[in-house]
Amino acid sequence: MIPRHQTALFGILLLASVIMGAVLWNQMRRAHERLLRGQDSAPTQAPQVAAAEQATLMVANDADDSVGPRLLTLPLPENPEARARAVLGKLLDLYAAPDSTHPLPGGASSIAQVFLVPIADAGGKASATSPELAVVNFTNAFAAGHPSGLETESQTIRSICATLNANLPRVTQVRFLVDGQTRATLAGHADLTRTYLAADAAPRP
Amino acid sequence: MAALGRPLWLLAAVAAACQPFAVTQAPPAVGATRFVVVLDAAHGGDDLGARLGNQAEKDYTLALSVKLRSLLMARGIAVVTTRESGADVDPERRAEIANRANAAACLNLHAALASANSGPAVHLFLSALSPTPDARPGAGIRLVPWRTAQSAWIRRSLALAGVLNTALTQAGITVTLGRTALTAIDSMACPALAVEIAPQRQADAQDAVSADHTAFETKVADALAAALVEWRSEGGPRRP
Repeated sequence: MIPRHQTALFGILLLASVIMGAVLWNQMRRAHERLLRGQDSAPTQAPQVAAAEQATLMVANDADDSVGPRLLTLPLPENPEARARAVLGKLLDLYAAPDSTHPLPGGASSIAQVFLVPIADAGGKASATSPELAVVNFTNAFAAGHPSGLETESQTIRSICATLNANLPRVTQVRFLVDGQTRATLAGHADLTRTYLAADAAPRP
Repeated sequence: MAALGRPLWLLAAVAAACQPFAVTQAPPAVGATRFVVVLDAAHGGDDLGARLGNQAEKDYTLALSVKLRSLLMARGIAVVTTRESGADVDPERRAEIANRANAAACLNLHAALASANSGPAVHLFLSALSPTPDARPGAGIRLVPWRTAQSAWIRRSLALAGVLNTALTQAGITVTLGRTALTAIDSMACPALAVEIAPQRQADAQDAVSADHTAFETKVADALAAALVEWRSEGGPRRP
């Protein structure tokens, strides 16, 4: 036999639980509606269409181990880092094409970011006209899928350095990262721990 | 000012002493020492290198090193190899072996399938270091920075590349010449080149070596041996 006061207490607690559940469900529904009302699916800023400009891509050719210029008209952003990424993206798109002279997988999405860092002079000062170090950050998928070989890896590094130097003359040095990390080699051969001189990669006359 | 300068000078001297150096001898007179070739089969251990069909680059280069050593020894040339098994050898150790051997030439052997749009070829690579003034004969022992020891030998390495290019071209092999950054070669105080053998890719299988790759390897090994004999006969392998 359950005492009367215990039965009453159980009933009160049960009722309180049901009321609390209802209140919480109601508040959750209201919060959801409030979020939906606040979400504006319309674009806040119109997409900017960059003006088409002429870019010089230094394209590698495995047949004769050369790197030569190819002029293309591309929409290039004003921001130098975005511009560097755009030209390198186009270069890697050419390499991913079926008729590529230097076949590589991945295309434009292989470049995660390009950072431009002013190089300080002997006095430790950097200005708006200082030469720049470009830090090219590859995706891990690109490094993992890059064909292994001394020639093919050297050609990739050389053409990227030369392309940066041709389109951003202030870029004098280039370093490479993979997924934001320093890596010993690109695919077993080309050294990614060192700083490359962009001018050295330009084709010899 | 002088009192301040002395501790700084001492500090700089201590810092300089802590830098790794390669001891290199000034070029001896022609024929004063025996002619030694160092064969450095790239990769090893867990570092497989490129794939050539069902063979890893580390095995391919080791087999090529053994074949080339036999050819050179048959021609009376002393050979030192950096590895004799599949085990990995540190790049610093490879350079150390070459420098201790006082090598007249060092070939860092690589292999990769030729690109889909090119035929079989041999790619010769010089160090990407900028050349520095050469050592003068008779200048005695001198110290050079370990990581850039090759810079004083770039001109001799270029001359060695010319001899190899001539021999390979005469054998009907396509040759390309480039520059690359390789830790092992950069620390070598001798004429040194990276040699990448690129056998033909099989037409219907993108990652397989063509059936006649053995004949190509033999032709390359013969041409390299002939080139090194020519390099010896030039008479001044270690003269800058």
